[in-house]
Amino acid sequence: MNISTDPWIWIASILSLAILSFLYKENPIFRAAEHIFLGVANGYLVTFYWHRILMPILFRPLFQQGDLLLIIPFVVGILYLTRFIPRLSWLVRIPIAIYMGYWTGVLIPATIQAQIIKQMQGTVLTSQNFQAWNAGSWGIVWSVIIFIGVLCTLSYFYFSREHKGVIGATSRVGIVFVMTGFGAAFGYTVMARISLLIGQLQFLLGDWLGIIK
Amino acid sequence: MITILLLWITGIGPPANVRAHDVPSDGGGVVVIEWNLAPDDALLDGYEIHRSENGVDFVKVGFIGRGRRSFQDQTHDGTTYVYKVAAVSDTLRAFSLPSAEVTSHASWINVAKLNIYVAMIIFGGLILYFISCARRGKALFIRKIAGLQAIDDAVGRATEMGKPILYVLGLGYIEDIATIASLNILGEVAKKTAQYNTKLIVPNADPIVYTVAREIVKESYTNVGRPDAYDPESVFFLAREQMAYAAGVDGIMMREKPATNFLVGYFAAESLVLAETGAATGAIQIAGTDALSQLPFFVTACDYTLIGEELYAASAYISKRPLLLGAIKGEDYAKVIIAAALILASIIGLLSRFPILNLFQ
Repeated sequence: MNISTDPWIWIASILSLAILSFLYKENPIFRAAEHIFLGVANGYLVTFYWHRILMPILFRPLFQQGDLLLIIPFVVGILYLTRFIPRLSWLVRIPIAIYMGYWTGVLIPATIQAQIIKQMQGTVLTSQNFQAWNAGSWGIVWSVIIFIGVLCTLSYFYFSREHKGVIGATSRVGIVFVMTGFGAAFGYTVMARISLLIGQLQFLLGDWLGIIK
Repeated sequence: MITILLLWITGIGPPANVRAHDVPSDGGGVVVIEWNLAPDDALLDGYEIHRSENGVDFVKVGFIGRGRRSFQDQTHDGTTYVYKVAAVSDTLRAFSLPSAEVTSHASWINVAKLNIYVAMIIFGGLILYFISCARRGKALFIRKIAGLQAIDDAVGRATEMGKPILYVLGLGYIEDIATIASLNILGEVAKKTAQYNTKLIVPNADPIVYTVAREIVKESYTNVGRPDAYDPESVFFLAREQMAYAAGVDGIMMREKPATNFLVGYFAAESLVLAETGAATGAIQIAGTDALSQLPFFVTACDYTLIGEELYAASAYISKRPLLLGAIKGEDYAKVIIAAALILASIIGLLSRFPILNLFQ
């Protein structure tokens, strides 16, 4: 056993155990760790924004290098602070509207390409897609299953009709496909979480206590 | 060695027919230079690309191996350039004649993405049409969504038990559709908590979402005639850092023991941490997200889950706002078009040699 002498490793380990104590029940040790975690995270956030964003991207170019165009984002950003002045608080809607408008414009074409057009490309029944499975004649079967799954799932997310009759039947098939996908994602993610746990145990038992290498 | 000696004696020929042109349908800043291979291409090291802004002073801007016939150069839009290409073998250089002048510029339309443009026009047109129908007062039907039926029960339960309702918006930014949908649902939940005088707790992970959430809750309390019941401390910023936020929300769940937890918005790895803790406290949990990788955890650990687009539809259904109802209706018709396009494209793909997949690039 080779216990660490690094005080930072001790602090990290004790805080890890304090957070893990939540598995027993909510307790003062967990509460202390939770508040330290929140405080450090928020402190880090403030310094990050100041040193990595506000200073290099806004204040230095604007006030030291005289890039006057930056006055526009500066003023728009300042409008966020009007929330603290009741008479002017409505002005906060301007930066929010600009921010949302910009991102909506950026995201809509990207989303249509990545999540609709490309998905359609992979779903259409063609000999090229059959071969993409690298499964010989089974490629046709998998392609047809995907094709049916996509159409039935689309019908599940059709909100303009009650799920009765034909749409009821197809939507039930659709939700089976959705849940099958969720099952696979669940197993995959649990595996990833286990690896995170293993990493943390390695830190506690290796870096801290020196029981394992 | 013999090759170099041979080239020393005989000399090397330059590449011919150097052409330079702006890349069409791009964002600018790139010029493509093309040439015919030099006669001794197989014996060369490669080609150097030289550029000039005045047609006299050339500087080397790139090198490319033998057998290659083109090169992409990074340029400043609006500046005129002339290019020469040199065949290179060791220290030998054989320069081509200069190309014609070329200037790069950004294009207004990317022809390769015309299909996306058409899709945007169709989907956008449908949504605008149905929004206009909804605004004119036409009734737009949207089917009932199971998770929403539970909201009244959940608020009633919290009131009876004298416990608060926790509304978690997740990690999303204000531009995330899930966050926007969640804010709409928050507005309706806040109206109910105002009517029943139930305590509402809304911890936030993003400063801008926090600002909007605060306004929405305040407005909801005012709209139902209970501005006095609004507690400014009920909506607060907790932390931006993912797991710090999760730890903070978990602490609130354990200390306040809410009767109902809403986990609606965009979530990442913290989803199961939150849902598990909420389930352990015995709260009714209504979840909704469009984060596909997190939905399995909500389905497992929550009482009701709004899956993906159900969340958007729920926000329209609950708020009854024409803008949202029209959008959902438009999306429904877009889905019909997508399904029809898939069937049609498959028929064409199976029965003809037409390269149908090229339409979906």
